[in-house]
Amino acid sequence: MTEHLLVLVVAVPLILAPVAAIVGRTGAAWIVAWVASWWAFGASVALLRQVWEGGTIRYFLGGWAAPYGIEYRLDLANAFVILIVGTVAAVVIPYARTSVAKEIEEDRGALFYAAFILCMTGLLGIAVTGDVFNVFVFLEISSLSAYALIALGNDRRALTASYQYLIMGSVGATFIVIGIGLVYVMTGTLNMVDLAERLPAVADTRTIPVAFTFFTVGITLKLALFPLHLWLPNAYTYAPSAVTAFIASTATKVAVYLLLRFFFTIFGASFSFDEMQLDLVLMPLALIAILAMSLVAIYQQNVKRLLAYSSVAQIGYMVLGISLASVLGVTAGILHLFNHALMKGALFMAMGCVMYRIGSVHVDRMAGLGRAMPWTMAAFVAGGLSIIGVPLTVGFVSKWYLVQAALEQGLWPVAVVVLIGSLLALMYVWKVVEVAYFRQSDPNAGIREAPLTLLVPTWVLVAANFYFGIDASVTAGIATRAAEVLLGVAP
Amino acid sequence: MIALGHFNYWAVVVLMMVGFYTLIARGNLVKKLIGLNIFQTSVFLLYISMGKIVGGTAPILVEGEGAEDVLYSNPIPHVLILTAIVVGVATTALGLSLVVRIKEAYGTVEEDEIRDDAL
Repeated sequence: MTEHLLVLVVAVPLILAPVAAIVGRTGAAWIVAWVASWWAFGASVALLRQVWEGGTIRYFLGGWAAPYGIEYRLDLANAFVILIVGTVAAVVIPYARTSVAKEIEEDRGALFYAAFILCMTGLLGIAVTGDVFNVFVFLEISSLSAYALIALGNDRRALTASYQYLIMGSVGATFIVIGIGLVYVMTGTLNMVDLAERLPAVADTRTIPVAFTFFTVGITLKLALFPLHLWLPNAYTYAPSAVTAFIASTATKVAVYLLLRFFFTIFGASFSFDEMQLDLVLMPLALIAILAMSLVAIYQQNVKRLLAYSSVAQIGYMVLGISLASVLGVTAGILHLFNHALMKGALFMAMGCVMYRIGSVHVDRMAGLGRAMPWTMAAFVAGGLSIIGVPLTVGFVSKWYLVQAALEQGLWPVAVVVLIGSLLALMYVWKVVEVAYFRQSDPNAGIREAPLTLLVPTWVLVAANFYFGIDASVTAGIATRAAEVLLGVAP
Repeated sequence: MIALGHFNYWAVVVLMMVGFYTLIARGNLVKKLIGLNIFQTSVFLLYISMGKIVGGTAPILVEGEGAEDVLYSNPIPHVLILTAIVVGVATTALGLSLVVRIKEAYGTVEEDEIRDDAL
């Protein structure tokens, strides 16, 4: 059992997805989804412990030795990523029961959960696989199910948002396939480790830089790095609340992981950053993302859209850390992957509670909600503090590492931008807080607090925000060692 | 001659650009999907072309006299692209079903006619 755990973490949800579709009834499908996501959570915790103690785990599918067969390969970097996906799924599924019953028609419930499980399977698969073509297959499994999930939103604009995401996402995935094809034709292998060994010999040809460029564009499209983020705001805004909470905290994170894996493990840091000078592309874009998207967020009237723009800015922080290409910088990037999943998950789930009670997340409709829904809005404030980066929250931890990493290389303007980003975050969080707490509203007077089934999962994530903000030794320890593995400086 | 020898790859590049241009420039949602299809098909051709080995035969194991000298084409790109074709079909099906629902909700499939007043 334990030696097959690495494949079972993906295979079990993959088998459960059609089961959820076949059982047909929403309640039964929800139980199947519950089993799948808690399985993923439990397995990812077990795998992370195994990797932490015993080092890299390799699994050969069907017993075919690498590089001929498909290899699943788990080191600390992707073990941490599957933990993020598993944790968020395990928290979102209990929440989804109530939220989905309100937002999605009963006869679509079972299919919703089937798509949800498939999306999770795809994200887990991208993270565990050690084969580049397998990455593409799982990428499409997660993307296609994500398009379907977004289109289930009850606003008709969800349909156009999903269509836009489908077009841009497919272009991104196709770019990645072109990149895979070009490296395959030069090296004759698809296995990541094998590629890393064979690429230096052919790195001087014109094909490899072209492949590298295709990968860069394709992956940055998937992770919504400014200016390729255009699909993201609408998709997050009009998707059902539970879907937004799940996708916002996992899908772009897994794409950031892909960026790490391709540029550090496969191409190698020296090729990516010294020869191709990727940092000259990524760093300015990340800085613009932090400033411009935070500014745009301030002017949003729809709070989900506000948070979506804030997500694009936060992705800027992760990419910024990665573009520093130092152990500390990559640590900051990986740490922010996890931390941002916690805070955005909590914030979007709080918005789901608001949506449940008043049927809108428009800022003007939220007047007086601080009194009507104290726990929901307190969760929003806590998540907001984390986004700003107030000490004792996870947001502070990642920004601390990021500023340190920037100063280590003497890039103090970068550190200044990070701090300005926090100020801008304060402004957009305050905008919501002001309306909810200091503006009176009659229509919201009779609104009751959101049900416990929504509040408890939301507060689990809020508590995690503070827990890992106060004691960051576990997450920072994993992130540091993962960064060392990626940069190849591990002892 | 070298340029002509790479005829397949020229076809790939032309198709890729035709598809990508259609995808970007067209306002009709169905035409955008057709552009996406042409774009993806060009990648299929890229993979299939690189599996061809000059003088290679179909990759079925030959037995008997002279079996060691037989040159085979590389079957892996073809197998990979079978997967990609399935993905492409699924993407198109999902895209078209979204277009159908957009048509039901908005009464049009032209991008510039789909309008929603900001909430």
